[in-house]
Amino acid sequence: MTPAALLVTAIQVVAVVAFAPVVVGLMRQVRARLEGRAGAGIGQPWRDLRKLLRRQPTTPEGTGWAFRLAPLILMGTTLVIAAAVPLLTTAPVLGPAADLLVVVGLLALGTVVLALAALDTGTAFGGMGASREMMVLALAEPTILLGVFALSARTGSTNLGGIVSATLDDPARLVTPASLLAAGALAVVVVAETGRLPVDNPSTHLELTMLHEAMVLEYSGTDLGLVELASSVRLTVLLGLFASLFVPWGISGAGLAGLPLALAALAGKVGILATALAGTEVFLAKLRMFRVPELLAGSFVLALLAVCASFLLA
Amino acid sequence: MTAPSLTSPASPPDGATASTGRVRVPVTAAGLPARAAALAADGYRLALVAAHDDGATVRVVYLHTAAGDRRVELHLSVDRRDWRVPTLAAVSFTASRFERELRDLYGIQPVGHPLPRPLVRHAHWPEGWFPMRQRAGQPPPFATVDEPPALLAVEGPGVYEIPVGPVHAGLIEPGHFRFSVVGETIVRLSTRLWYTHRGVERQFEGRDLPGGIRLAERISGDTAVGHTLAYCRAVEDALCLSIPVEARRMRAILLELERVYNHIGDIGALCNDAGHGVLHAHALRIRERLLRLNARTTGHRLLRSGVVIGGAAIRQVPTGQELEDIAADIRDVVGLALGNSLVLDRLAGTAVLTGVQASDLGTLGYVARASGIATDARRDHPTGVLTPAEGVGDVLSVPTQATGDVLARFQQRAAEIDASIALLGVLVPAAAAGVVRDWPTVSHRPPGPRGTSGVGLVEGWRGTIVHRVELNDGYTVTRNKIVDPSFCNWPALPVALANTIVPDFPLANKSFNLSYAGNDL
Repeated sequence: MTPAALLVTAIQVVAVVAFAPVVVGLMRQVRARLEGRAGAGIGQPWRDLRKLLRRQPTTPEGTGWAFRLAPLILMGTTLVIAAAVPLLTTAPVLGPAADLLVVVGLLALGTVVLALAALDTGTAFGGMGASREMMVLALAEPTILLGVFALSARTGSTNLGGIVSATLDDPARLVTPASLLAAGALAVVVVAETGRLPVDNPSTHLELTMLHEAMVLEYSGTDLGLVELASSVRLTVLLGLFASLFVPWGISGAGLAGLPLALAALAGKVGILATALAGTEVFLAKLRMFRVPELLAGSFVLALLAVCASFLLA
Repeated sequence: MTAPSLTSPASPPDGATASTGRVRVPVTAAGLPARAAALAADGYRLALVAAHDDGATVRVVYLHTAAGDRRVELHLSVDRRDWRVPTLAAVSFTASRFERELRDLYGIQPVGHPLPRPLVRHAHWPEGWFPMRQRAGQPPPFATVDEPPALLAVEGPGVYEIPVGPVHAGLIEPGHFRFSVVGETIVRLSTRLWYTHRGVERQFEGRDLPGGIRLAERISGDTAVGHTLAYCRAVEDALCLSIPVEARRMRAILLELERVYNHIGDIGALCNDAGHGVLHAHALRIRERLLRLNARTTGHRLLRSGVVIGGAAIRQVPTGQELEDIAADIRDVVGLALGNSLVLDRLAGTAVLTGVQASDLGTLGYVARASGIATDARRDHPTGVLTPAEGVGDVLSVPTQATGDVLARFQQRAAEIDASIALLGVLVPAAAAGVVRDWPTVSHRPPGPRGTSGVGLVEGWRGTIVHRVELNDGYTVTRNKIVDPSFCNWPALPVALANTIVPDFPLANKSFNLSYAGNDL
């Protein structure tokens, strides 16, 4: 562990956390403009967070440790993911741990903890949101695993940094069927994991239709701020990881030299992906709940084909 | 039916039929169910049940209406000592709800009612206090509310309850919904309304005629024209006023403008509930354009002050071109919504109300028409606005759908907008701005010493609105019984929800878009 690697990783975490609410703000602004509204500006999520983080949280009667600890665990796992995945550098300080399985496990851990907290509240909405979120999680996680397996098959390692480095050395593998199929599968999963249309509608006020939002209805103040910040960081990290896996250029090595370029490249790539995601959402409606498994099963099939292709066509 | 006797102790002087040819039949308690059943067999629907506590006497009036503008009232005197009426629940489902209302507000017991649970009355209301009785006086102290309303619980393995409301997220009126759910499928929905009960009918008592208009405009904010027109028609019916054709044309224009701006709002809201934000934004834009058109037309965005006793007032008549532009805009939005496979998939097959259910429950308006029941007061009771002879008969169409799902109610709204625009296209060129009113006038029939009564039937945008007023000889309203179509349509929502999944409830609810304020009064 070199001081340089430590510094780069610290910068990556700080940049992602600082940048994440702006990504959410950018997506809302893009939607607003495409819908003909003025929009609140891309700084609004940060202003909301500043307000929430200064407020005292309240806990519903009868809730226990699961409810109180969930925002901290969620934020903790999210920060570890932000430190582990190759966003600015192919060799972050947690690089050796940045195994595909670890990242997927941490993502799932955050979701499961939030679901437990939702069950802990004992409200109908909490339980409903938790059960729906688990349904999505159970269908999305295998796709992530398979999708990245397809990419890792030729590298011979499930280490994300290794996959990205290998892609940088041999960009031609990006246009193989395996890579393209995996990109399709992972795109769907990113949408599902981050609770965007057509799987979930982040802007609805209708409790009965919510997935992710129904789980966090009882949170307030600092706790709500942490949950909101964590979900925006997860969105940003997933978009960044998607960019690193499929458009790795600009990412720096272990040194500090490439850092400014890597920062600019990351901001640009995530910005473009977020804009594209928001722009697509404008033309989508929310799927009927029981069509969501069909969508996710479709993405699983894509990922499975990607794995087959990576072995058969390589 | 035998020729009805035209006199009754309670009916207005001479027992003469009113200007609309309403027939009044005094009945005894023993004869009421048979009479009501005979009327039902003759194609009549029970449109309104109004109790009247006159101090010395207590009357219950059962207003039956049928296509061809036939109106028959059954007048029943109730013994002050025992406050009982025979139930008509076996004849009409709507009757059973009117009777529960009577029981809560007047303390009149429907004898033999199969399910005499409170309807209006909440558990914390003072016992034995009936607010609509003449000598009700100030209410005793209310109990504090410390638990959710008791509703029928479904028991069984895996059944859980989701309580929602009465306070909702977003700008929604208060109502409590209790879902009994297995997995995501709704087994049963129980609703508890009357959180916005403001005593509107009581507030009508003692008002002068223009004062009643100010109240009628506020019964349900989005139905200002419908309720005001029904109130004015009832007053005019009582006074035998004839309304100049120019005024009736203006009224017809206002009624259709109200229908269009509400329907496009609903179309947008349905798109929004399906998660399609951009169509919602465009529907809101069109609605705003219509609201501004409304403001130019009557001076109020919700079309208040357009309908007056004996006439109507319009500041500026909308041009046919502008309305046609708006209609084209709306057709674009509807086309885009139905062209989006995700939206279409959400709407189609969701929350089906079959035609049999719709007619058994006595539903009205677009809810009934989307299930194939061609009910429309503009055609069945044309005295409300223009009569067919005056040139709108062949333009007025009553579109219906067959499937009764959310999609049908969506398409029904779109079809009604088209029909309204076509109607406006005929009405607008002939209309001129100004005030046309035939009131105060000498050509009316003044109320006698025992007062007079009148009925107004209007096809508001949600369905048929009924007002029945009684006036005394001082031209003061002594009673106004109001029936908003939502009162008849609310029971259809839980029926349509059978086997619908919980996440589709907001969509189903929005497709009915029932009024809380109009229902709760």
